[in-house]
Amino acid sequence: MSIASLLQRPFSVKRIPGFATIAIITFFCLYAPVIILVAYSFNAGTSLAIWEGFSLVWYQQAIANEAVQAAGLRSLALASIAATIATVAATMAGLATTRKRPFKGQTAVYTLINQPLMVPEIVTAVALLIFFAIIKVATGYQGMGYLIVAHTAFCIPFAYLPIRARLQGMDLSLERAAADLYATPWLTFKRITLPIMAPGIMAGFMLAFVISLDDVVISEFVKTPGQETLPTYMLGQLRRVVTPEVNAISSVLLAISILFVALFFFLNSRRS
Amino acid sequence: MTQQNSSPSMKTAKEVEEFARRQDTKNRLLLASPAILIITLFAAGPLLIVVLYSFLTAGDYGNVKWIFSTDGWFSVFMQRDIFDDTLQIADAHVSIFWRSIKLSLLTTVLTAAFGIPTAYFIATRPLSQRNLWLFLITVPFWTNLLVRTIAVMELIRGEGVINNVLRWAHIIDDPIQMMFTDFAIAFGMTYVYLPLMVLPVYASIEKLDFRLVEAAYDLYANRWKCFWRVILPIVKPGMIAGSILVFVPSLGAYITPRVLGGGKNLMFGNLIELQFGQGRNWPLGAALSISLMVLVMVALLYYVKVSGGDDNNEHR
Repeated sequence: MSIASLLQRPFSVKRIPGFATIAIITFFCLYAPVIILVAYSFNAGTSLAIWEGFSLVWYQQAIANEAVQAAGLRSLALASIAATIATVAATMAGLATTRKRPFKGQTAVYTLINQPLMVPEIVTAVALLIFFAIIKVATGYQGMGYLIVAHTAFCIPFAYLPIRARLQGMDLSLERAAADLYATPWLTFKRITLPIMAPGIMAGFMLAFVISLDDVVISEFVKTPGQETLPTYMLGQLRRVVTPEVNAISSVLLAISILFVALFFFLNSRRS
Repeated sequence: MTQQNSSPSMKTAKEVEEFARRQDTKNRLLLASPAILIITLFAAGPLLIVVLYSFLTAGDYGNVKWIFSTDGWFSVFMQRDIFDDTLQIADAHVSIFWRSIKLSLLTTVLTAAFGIPTAYFIATRPLSQRNLWLFLITVPFWTNLLVRTIAVMELIRGEGVINNVLRWAHIIDDPIQMMFTDFAIAFGMTYVYLPLMVLPVYASIEKLDFRLVEAAYDLYANRWKCFWRVILPIVKPGMIAGSILVFVPSLGAYITPRVLGGGKNLMFGNLIELQFGQGRNWPLGAALSISLMVLVMVALLYYVKVSGGDDNNEHR
């Protein structure tokens, strides 16, 4: 055996030369742009290129901007309402489509619930634009209702996913034991089923909240002029001169998303 | 469980059971009804209106006139010459379709080139580390698509990070024009859709039994032969799944081409939007939407076939 081969790493069947390098490059490329974006939100200067020292001036400016305030509050309200309704509907649907023998037509229900995931967002957006245009002409209603129902609809599959997963992993003998001990169906649900599925419901709510908060395409088509959400406001700003204010808003949205996703992972990893 | 008995009394038992099952179906449908209702009204149902609108006449100021017409579908591929009224292929549309398909394929290839080694890397980490690496891949996917697109934009702009670094290093004197090109769109889509390639490929590599690889080495296969003949065939379903999961949203992408492609490098999604904005041709926009949806559905059905209907396994 030559010296050179002795100096090499021990042979591993799992190693493929170059793959680890590409993987590290991929992780670097995945995070570098986002880190740069966040870094420049703390830049003191107007430039997005020259670093002029640390400052919170762009955050202050974003918070003081009334358009940003209004859009931010609207986004939060919209995400809260849509995610809540979606989670309740998804929880009920989850209870209906798991744990027992599938009922007749269950596959159809399952396909329908997942339908918003199958159709390109732009197509759903256009469909809602047309549908709501008809309703607007008929009723004259111009309010937030359009955004709320649109968001609720596409949030349902995202809320449904973790709830269903949780219920499928559930030990059914617990419910039967409760029934054997003369618990009423409602009491069994309250004391056994609900606590077991609670992490799934929480995870579903958070996923739905993040999805609603981040939505651009459907909001852009459905909103009545003047009803900007934070992402549609940012999209509008990109047409003009981009200042680090957009970076500041982006960073806040990133922070919220990362927080929710981390919590989601935490809840999901604590399987019973 | 039910007894295999055909006495008359058991028949009534069967009827009772049948009644109970029907009652159960009714209750559970009722339980699922809010979700069914909301999605039918505000996601699935409106698609039917799109089909209807694709067969109407364009209004003068947007919207439609309620007169049947196939002009919308006709203008997806064809147009009439303004001067002599002859039929022509709609070059502008064809070039946009071609760009959409070309850039989506390019995105799929690029995400595969980076995503497959990354998935392999994650799957071969010790179990204790794997969740962390997976988490790192998943986080960008759940963060705002627009924000990630803006991050790419700030990287490749004229006064962006890449151009500044190159100028600072005196490699170039004038900034390279990267924004508003097909390259920018493909780069951006690769960046935003990469996790969609990594996750399914990871799932299939994770199931790989490395004793097979060992056996291949024992039989004097070299590294590449081992990769091509043992690992790749096993991982193939995951790669096909990942490719479709990347190709489908790329084809329907709207935000990334709008921000990075500017107004001129349109893709399918932008062409649709144009018909509802400046184009004022809702029937054409509706026809384009249906076409896009059908393309995507075909790809997704193929995906379900390849991935073996992930969601039907439970009923077996």
